Amino acid sequence: MRTFLTLITIFLMVPLFSQPSGKEILNLIDKNLSAKTQIMTVKMVISGARGSRTIEFKSWAEGEEKAFTEYTNPAREKGTKMLKLEDKLWIFSPSTDRIIQITGQMLRQSVMGSDLSYEDMMEDPGLSSHYNASVTGSDTLQNRKCWILQLNAVNKGEAYEVRKLWVDQERSIPLKEELFGKSGKLLKRTQLYNITRIQGRWYPMKVVYKDMLKTGDGTQFIIESIKLDEIIPATIFSKASLK
Amino acid sequence: MLAFKLAFKNLMGAGLRTWLNVFVLSLALFMIVFQSGVIEGWNRQAKRDMINWEVGGGEYWHELYDPYDPLSLNDGHGNLPAEIGQLCRDGQAVPVLVTQASVYPEGRMRNILMKGIDPSQNIIQMPTADLKVDSAVINALIGTRMAKATRLGMGDLVTIRWRDANGTFDAAEIRIAGIFHTNVPEIDNNQVWVSLDNLQKMTGIGDQVTYIILKQGLISVPTVPGWIHKGYDSLFMEIDTIIKAKGVGGIVVYIILLSLALLAVFDTQVLTIFRRQKEIGTYVALGMTRWQVVWLFTVEGAMHSILSVIAAAVWGTPILYMVAKKGFGMPKGIEGYGLTIAEKIFPAYAAGTIITMTLIILITTTIVSFIPSRKIAGMKPTEALRGKIQ
Repeated sequence: MRTFLTLITIFLMVPLFSQPSGKEILNLIDKNLSAKTQIMTVKMVISGARGSRTIEFKSWAEGEEKAFTEYTNPAREKGTKMLKLEDKLWIFSPSTDRIIQITGQMLRQSVMGSDLSYEDMMEDPGLSSHYNASVTGSDTLQNRKCWILQLNAVNKGEAYEVRKLWVDQERSIPLKEELFGKSGKLLKRTQLYNITRIQGRWYPMKVVYKDMLKTGDGTQFIIESIKLDEIIPATIFSKASLK
Repeated sequence: MLAFKLAFKNLMGAGLRTWLNVFVLSLALFMIVFQSGVIEGWNRQAKRDMINWEVGGGEYWHELYDPYDPLSLNDGHGNLPAEIGQLCRDGQAVPVLVTQASVYPEGRMRNILMKGIDPSQNIIQMPTADLKVDSAVINALIGTRMAKATRLGMGDLVTIRWRDANGTFDAAEIRIAGIFHTNVPEIDNNQVWVSLDNLQKMTGIGDQVTYIILKQGLISVPTVPGWIHKGYDSLFMEIDTIIKAKGVGGIVVYIILLSLALLAVFDTQVLTIFRRQKEIGTYVALGMTRWQVVWLFTVEGAMHSILSVIAAAVWGTPILYMVAKKGFGMPKGIEGYGLTIAEKIFPAYAAGTIITMTLIILITTTIVSFIPSRKIAGMKPTEALRGKIQ
């Protein structure tokens, strides 16, 4: 009888042992999404109340602190460049031929009318060092089995105190993320599609951001090409490259 | 005296020509007095509105607060100092907390300033008592400009998003409990007012405030370390600069108006001297010196200005009085200009301006009358008597 009970207990506990911890899942996500460098060509489709418009850009990023973006299409935005260095952001507009630093209220403005604000762009994308994660359940999304993770900020001062992630159990990549305010109000939703194997990692080739307080269908980021861990000349991340 | 009598008779004899000149000069004087009255009226009204609605009897700003630098809002607040805290408890001052936020009327995002104020205050005219109404959600006050820009009405619910003291986002529904109308855009444009207690809780900032408005007439104000007292000189600097700029612009208009009127007097003088050469010769033949004749014609020209002052007083005073009583309507949409300006301005005519402008007109008219008259001094009386053109 005792042997039987032991076997039953072990049998019941197997799923618990096979389920990775929230921390482990976050580490796997960071491993997938973080790269030393990223060079991307992106098409951004912004859907608003008055229809949608498409903006194309190329971006170079090194770690989490350096990023440079150059808009290539449409003609009206062509030549607009943005440079992020640590917590500072500059933008160059060819129509004014001036470089301005985005600060204060301006950081709250949306980027090219999208659902993403400049301060969203400034957020540190690494999750494992900023949040405590716990697996709260499982779900099926895009026909994939997912862990549902609840992330609670480790320290005060994170932009979002609570995040909820739906993480593909097999590929360790989030398929959906919801960001909540302190009071629990849903503020933003991100959905990731077309998960593709790139240089040994799983990477989303389409991301849909939605500011849940705004009307519209959100903003799609469609990655047309991506190169990871390539060497980027240091001159790219300098103010001189803005002009 | 003879010159004045003769000049007056000659002017009356010239009939319509004289009255046209007098009218043009009086119109210039009227316009100058009117315009300077409007600017002065605006100046007084704007300051009165600012005192009643925004600055009270002066303010204390946290030393790091700068309303023109949004970045200063992160650090520009502190605990209410004991000295000012006592003033607040005595109803002599009211603290205000300022933070950045975004509202989402009809799903559109709009960046705003969210300000917290004590609903029981009576330091400024803002109807903050509306914030006291019992409600399940946070009550908020907005101005008519903000209501128009966001298409929000009384009782509407709207989502507001802000960051707390640590930078963490939060959002909640607020209810528009009151819409106030003010001529002061600085407390209206892109601003939402909530109760100070609510905002301090929302931001988790404790009892900290950004600035304190003092009651009007508070004579002595304490010196408080870390807080800067702002008197009217500092708080009115912007409106003073605007009024000064408008004053300079007004001077340009005065010069143009006056130049046109003086040109008419000048032309009249030239024509008069040309047409009255025989008369000039007769005066000299009868024993007047040439400079006495010059003086006669100069007085004649200058008398236009005296008549114009009388004419302006006769027909202008009732109009100026009526406008001062009923007000001068500003163009529609003036609210959106971002200036402290009422829909109607009540001009304030300063005696100093009227006297100065009258003297300027008298002097300049005399000068422009004298310039062509000098020609008389070079005339040969015999030639003049024969009417020969010189």
